[in-house]
Amino acid sequence: MPIQTQITVTVNGTRHTNPVEPRLLLAHYLREVLNLTGTHIGCDTSSCGACTVLLNGKAVKSCTVLAVQADGGNVTTVEGLAKDGKYHAVQQGFWDKHGLQCGFCTPGMMITAVQILERNPNPTEAEIRRGLRGNLCRCTGYHNIVEAVKAAAAASRAGGRKR
Amino acid sequence: MTTNVAASFQYHAPSSVEEACRLLAKYKGGAKLLAGGHSLLPLVKLRLATPEALIDLSRIKGLSYVKAGRKGLAIGAMTTYYDIESSDVVKKAAPVLADAAAQVADTQVRNAGTLGGSLAHSDPAGDLPAVVLALGAELEVHTARGSRTISVDNFFRDLLTTALRPNEVLTEIRIPPLPARTGTAYVKLANKASHYAVVGVAAVVTLDKAGVCAAARVAVTGAGPHAVRAKRTERILIGKKLSALVIRRAAERAGAEIGDGFNSDIHASAEYRAAMTIVFAERALTEAVGRV
Ligand SMILES: Cc1cc2nc3c(=O)[nH]c(=O)nc-3n(C[C@H](O)[C@H](O)[C@H](O)COP(=O)(O)OP(=O)(O)OC[C@H]3O[C@@H](n4cnc5c(N)ncnc54)[C@H](O)[C@@H]3O)c2cc1C
Ligand code: FES
Ligand code: FES
Repeated sequence: MPIQTQITVTVNGTRHTNPVEPRLLLAHYLREVLNLTGTHIGCDTSSCGACTVLLNGKAVKSCTVLAVQADGGNVTTVEGLAKDGKYHAVQQGFWDKHGLQCGFCTPGMMITAVQILERNPNPTEAEIRRGLRGNLCRCTGYHNIVEAVKAAAAASRAGGRKR
Repeated sequence: MTTNVAASFQYHAPSSVEEACRLLAKYKGGAKLLAGGHSLLPLVKLRLATPEALIDLSRIKGLSYVKAGRKGLAIGAMTTYYDIESSDVVKKAAPVLADAAAQVADTQVRNAGTLGGSLAHSDPAGDLPAVVLALGAELEVHTARGSRTISVDNFFRDLLTTALRPNEVLTEIRIPPLPARTGTAYVKLANKASHYAVVGVAAVVTLDKAGVCAAARVAVTGAGPHAVRAKRTERILIGKKLSALVIRRAAERAGAEIGDGFNSDIHASAEYRAAMTIVFAERALTEAVGRV
């Protein structure tokens, strides 16, 4: 009999209660139990950041968090960024600045970008690059990703689309 | 499933340190404490560690805090790197600790990893072990029966090995106040991918009114199996005016305690680490003296 325990997690505003094995990773819980496949698994070794989600407001690599650690908590995934049919400023920034090519890294990039801007609404380019250090992209060379975050920061400061 | 799957384990989320201690005792060494999980879970996923149970410390209230008092700083073991780097209290009382915490890994790892986990894990390439050594910290640990205090000088013992016994929980890190005219620095040669320290050096230097070195604590990480004080370097500094030449001569001895124990891996050979220990000790000392 596998060891099981019950968890309740609020994901993008919806409460979910599920039996899980303690060894189940948050990334797998989101993707395979809740079918929220926007959160990607790239390296599965805590390195690439593709699996980044907000757990209780903090960006974490969900391949390095157990689902049971999120019990009672709040998770935001890329699916939870848009509100009322309107993109989050960070999503709009990626759209406008062509901040992606294949898009594999993009959900993690955007979640980390949301965290960067929450902590520092007016980051310098160096601060953006430093903040995104844990998110790897094999396509873009990062230039347009940084431009996207800058654009999101400017739009948010101008009182544009904010979460 | 194509990804790494851990072997099964029991999961406990105690609400007090006492309960965590009781659980540790119950599993007789078969359980592991789970803090931020950013050293432990990668090992568990690869089945390099196969604990019978994980005991999650994150539900215990009152293990994450920074307090400043006359006796210095007291930091809860579960305080994250992010909480340390963004704490005005830490920035004021022990700026080198905030600065070093900000140099760890990336945004996400710093949101999860804890000071207690970093010290208890004693990763050879961990940053904070060196900083806490240079700051001369005391560590408070608990068992089901009581508590004891360990000087950081006696804490790091070997590769991934500390003075902690299997039934002990590290609860608090206490950092004595820095004397007047003290400068501090932590510099590292960071692994380009993970940012772990290939070599890292922390320096805490106090000068007297005449500019003579009254006290110095220097610690090296990344170079050998665990973080160590560079006592020979310290001895050369103390009692002298710290000219560039004296700093250079002292830095040249920074690897003395490591002897022939330099790490060698895909990131750097032992020879390169030995050379970089000198370079980074010189940089750390120069920066620390510049900040007095
Ligand atoms: C991609 C990546 C990059 C990283 N880069 C760096 C870096 O640049 N610099 C750096 O220093 N580190 C780095 N780390 C390691 C990171 O800092 C870890 O978070 C840290 O080493 C362990 O802290 P933790 O809270 O995550 O502990 P855990 O992983 O939860 O625990 C580690 C060990 O300590 C034990 N333990 C934890 N807390 C206690 C306690 N209170 N009492 C007794 N035992 C305890 C656990 O049982 C376990 O054996 C990196 C990690 C990753 C995944
Ligand atoms: S999949 Fe989690 S960091 Fe790469
Ligand atoms: S857009 Fe392809 S990995 Fe970043």
